[in-house]
Amino acid sequence: MGLELYLDLLSSPCRAVYIFAKTNSIPFEYKEVTLMKGEQLSEDFGKVNPLKKIPALKDGDFTMSESVAILLYLAEKYKLSDHWYPANLEKRAKINEFLLWHVNVVRPLMVKDFWLKVMAPTLLGRTAPAEKLEAVEQEFSAALDQFEKTFLQGKTYISGEEISVADVLSLCDLIQATCTGQNIFEERPKMAAWRRNVESHIGMELINEAQKVVLNAGSYSKDSMDSKGVEWLTARARLLLS
Amino acid sequence: MGLELYLDLMSPPCRWVYMFAKKNNIPFEHKQMVLAKGEQHSEAFAKVNQLKKVPALKDGDFTLAESTAILVYLAQKHKTADHWYPSDLQKRARVDEFLAWQHTTLTMNNGRLMMMKTMAPMLLGHPVPAEKVDAAVQELNMSLKQMEEKFLQDKTFLTGEEISLADLVAFTTAAQPLGGGPDILEGRPKLIAWRQHVEAEIGEELINEMNQVMEKAKAMLGGPVDPAMKEMMKAYLQKML
Repeated sequence: MGLELYLDLLSSPCRAVYIFAKTNSIPFEYKEVTLMKGEQLSEDFGKVNPLKKIPALKDGDFTMSESVAILLYLAEKYKLSDHWYPANLEKRAKINEFLLWHVNVVRPLMVKDFWLKVMAPTLLGRTAPAEKLEAVEQEFSAALDQFEKTFLQGKTYISGEEISVADVLSLCDLIQATCTGQNIFEERPKMAAWRRNVESHIGMELINEAQKVVLNAGSYSKDSMDSKGVEWLTARARLLLS
Repeated sequence: MGLELYLDLMSPPCRWVYMFAKKNNIPFEHKQMVLAKGEQHSEAFAKVNQLKKVPALKDGDFTLAESTAILVYLAQKHKTADHWYPSDLQKRARVDEFLAWQHTTLTMNNGRLMMMKTMAPMLLGHPVPAEKVDAAVQELNMSLKQMEEKFLQDKTFLTGEEISLADLVAFTTAAQPLGGGPDILEGRPKLIAWRQHVEAEIGEELINEMNQVMEKAKAMLGGPVDPAMKEMMKAYLQKML
């Protein structure tokens, strides 16, 4: 049996893994784990990843999780072009530095913003207080300032003149932020230019394919959830809103 | 000029870097930073790390932040023994996976609980409400459970039969508290056994040295806290609570 990738394209780290594998023609079997139906909580999936999170990978008997670790594993295993995750120690370290900062700073803010504005109203029938929304937006904006000033710095891609795993991972998260009505790209020409570079390298066909579901508001309606989905999603919404 | 490591040993990620460098005899100049005095906001430090965080590394003209990125860089640059960050694809993936996982789970939850118990009362002037502390304890317990059941299982170390960066990182969080206090691994014999293995590998000498440096760092906390730093920490705490 070949490589299996357990994904739901509604999740940004899953999209990053999907786009990365496809753009590099890595053969894999797509295993859908529908978050809206709580499928990540199933016993079967628990055998692939006891942490019950996606993305997850199964390569023969070997299983693993964590999107960053998965991207690095794929880059290494399939001996992809050096620019994706360079062998040069300093270039590699800088990419690692960015990935960590992004996952620990930008992504949680994007997720919070998304849940407060989209998921909580759908599940709990109420919006978060205005000050809370404003606070998250301000923090997110500050993080984007940091992204432009410290990491992107007007380069073509995050690590320089060539695309790497850093660009794929962060673009997927940032596109999701646009789903809450934030015009982050229109307001930031440098980021918009970077986005065009990344999209043109990957190709709009694959980009659109990967982002079709997340950009469709219907994907988050209660109609797309079953009772198991509603249960876990509601619990999460309550936690985030508290 | 050689390798410089900007560290505040009150911060666990700084301790990981310190221990790794010392254990592997990597020569470095220890640039002591005191976060409680707001030293990370200095202009001089901004030249080392624009993000104003520790740990930070300066190796000639090359600067780097983010603790696990620093660990991996040091391991590869100084060609440390393979087991720390294995060259085998799947063994390495196990380490990468744990290092990625721990940030927003084990390390964050432990940090949060420590904050609630030590810094919060001092900064807010009153103890944190019991339900908040209980919730934080539950989150940490969940992380410890996952660490044991998903990562450690029946192995000697987290990712195999030899110590790796993953164990060093987890060890600092799970280490026996200085000067007494509750042991977070209490009631978890498998994790306690794992901790003993890690302690044996790291060696008593380095662990004692680490503890001594921490005591010194703690002593440096005495005296006025930088007011801007105090405000920032208060805001952070209030958000968390």
